[in-house]
Amino acid sequence: MKEKVRVLVVDDELIMRDSLSDWLRLDGYEVTGVDNGAEAIERVKKEEWDVLIVDLKMPGMNGIEVMQEVRKIDRGIPVIIMTAYATVDTAVKAMKEGAYDYIVKPFNPEEIGLTIRKIIAQQRLVKENIYLRRELRRRYQFKDIITKNPRMRDILELVKSVAKTASTVLIEGESGTGKELIARAIHSSSPRGKCPFVAVSCAALPETLLETELFGHEKGAFTGAISAKKGRFELADKGTLFLDEIAEMSMKTQVDLLRVLEEKEFTRIGGTKPIRVDVRIISATNKNLKKLVAEGAFRDDLFYRLNVVSIQIPPLRERMEDIPLLAEHFLEKYRIEYTKKVGEISEEVMNLLLKHDWPGNVRELENTIESSLVVTKSNIINLEDLPDSFGTPDEKSYRLSGKKRLDEVEKECISGALHVHNWNIKKSAEMLGIDRTTLYNKIRKYNLKKC
Amino acid sequence: MEKFQGECKILDAVPRPDYAFNSQRKQYFSTEILREMGRFTPDDARKIVGVVDVDLYVPILTFVFGEAQLNGQRALVSLFRLHQEHYGMAPNSNLLKVRASKEVVHELGHTFGLTHCSHRKCVMHFSHSLRNVDIKSADFCGGCSDLLSAFSSC
Repeated sequence: MKEKVRVLVVDDELIMRDSLSDWLRLDGYEVTGVDNGAEAIERVKKEEWDVLIVDLKMPGMNGIEVMQEVRKIDRGIPVIIMTAYATVDTAVKAMKEGAYDYIVKPFNPEEIGLTIRKIIAQQRLVKENIYLRRELRRRYQFKDIITKNPRMRDILELVKSVAKTASTVLIEGESGTGKELIARAIHSSSPRGKCPFVAVSCAALPETLLETELFGHEKGAFTGAISAKKGRFELADKGTLFLDEIAEMSMKTQVDLLRVLEEKEFTRIGGTKPIRVDVRIISATNKNLKKLVAEGAFRDDLFYRLNVVSIQIPPLRERMEDIPLLAEHFLEKYRIEYTKKVGEISEEVMNLLLKHDWPGNVRELENTIESSLVVTKSNIINLEDLPDSFGTPDEKSYRLSGKKRLDEVEKECISGALHVHNWNIKKSAEMLGIDRTTLYNKIRKYNLKKC
Repeated sequence: MEKFQGECKILDAVPRPDYAFNSQRKQYFSTEILREMGRFTPDDARKIVGVVDVDLYVPILTFVFGEAQLNGQRALVSLFRLHQEHYGMAPNSNLLKVRASKEVVHELGHTFGLTHCSHRKCVMHFSHSLRNVDIKSADFCGGCSDLLSAFSSC
């Protein structure tokens, strides 16, 4: 089946409007016709359209004026201008004002279908392009979950079997353990894999904003709602909605969410029309949700709805055997990204990595490897490349004990900063927390040179 | 009619639809003819197809091979641009029959609720030139057949 493409036809002549609308309907489009520019603008404010076909000559507002007004509401809607007068001047003007195309009535039958199909294909590419770019950096699959830990292996098996179902999933685990990675793995190996994966962090937004973010709003729903907006639920239709840090959700929003889960439909903020969606919910938290339920801070009915399948991701300190594997993986990943020829991690560093208790879990490990790789000047990651923030005081003193003089440390620190910022003095000084003059003096003192 | 599983009757010829003639375009307005066809449609007819030998148009298009009411009762097909003679070639009555039957099936398809299909071989493919008429077959593709049986049963 064709996806619904909504076309708004604006023409003051009834016969032209009807004739075009009928033809487009035969072509499978959802068509609405209006007879003047002002009404067209109202419709654009209220509803979403994929293409506008506007007659150039109309009493009141002409086609170009309509297009200019429409652009103020939504820059993205493609507008086709049609006219009965084929003059170069009007064509040039229409195109200059940003019309997508220009057609002369009566059109060749070939023309109209082709023009619209071209627009739809191009719009789809634009949307897909935006989506893919966003996703590219975060494209996670099973192969990105690196483990030989038996508990993690069990989780991966569970992920594979749960992916085939439509059940809600609750992922629990400390911050940085890879909850979103698991959620994305479930999504991408599920039948919904080709549809959107939409992530929302419930902690990042205050209550009212979270509601508009989830359910969208109609125009005029509140001050500043100048046009209608789709919520994350609508954007995730046919796909997966990932609700991160679900424990932070307010009681009011919990009630709204429960209603959507039960009725599979909702209304936009300020709206009256119920919208049906087919969305799979995966939620995640770093808190103990069951405990919050017992304390009355989280609704038990919502908890049971969300917790049909539960996945507990162990913290990194309970899967130490994965550290070498993960470290190598991140080294490879950032080696390519920063085009550096760093081949390995020294044994001392690895020993230290294995001793650390990783409160920030896999994310902390990833950051540690990335930052060491940026700083290092050799092709092996050594102790001195590890970030200062890394490790306990004990570990730090171990790294520094009796090995270096203070000025050596300073020299290395400064040359590292300069290297990272490609000798941009302002940025390097900022990173080091000193002013530029001091940095120049230090460069002279240690005789540092750009290599 | 086997494609639509129904009984078919051929009605008497009617006069040339002069009421639909546009002297500027020297063509006949097909929507107008569809409207008038109601007058001679028998009460027991589920669908009716008109076949004319004049050149048809709708205001926005330079010409049409036919027109139908989507999900409606009436369809209209013109033979004018299906003749080989129209393109300066020798007459070929067999070819004309094949083309006309494709266009009749196509327009009737619309009356059963089918819209244009992207399969070039499907009879519901939108023909904007004679070449496209010749390329497509007289049959519905799998998808359109399924839709047709679903739509006809409701």
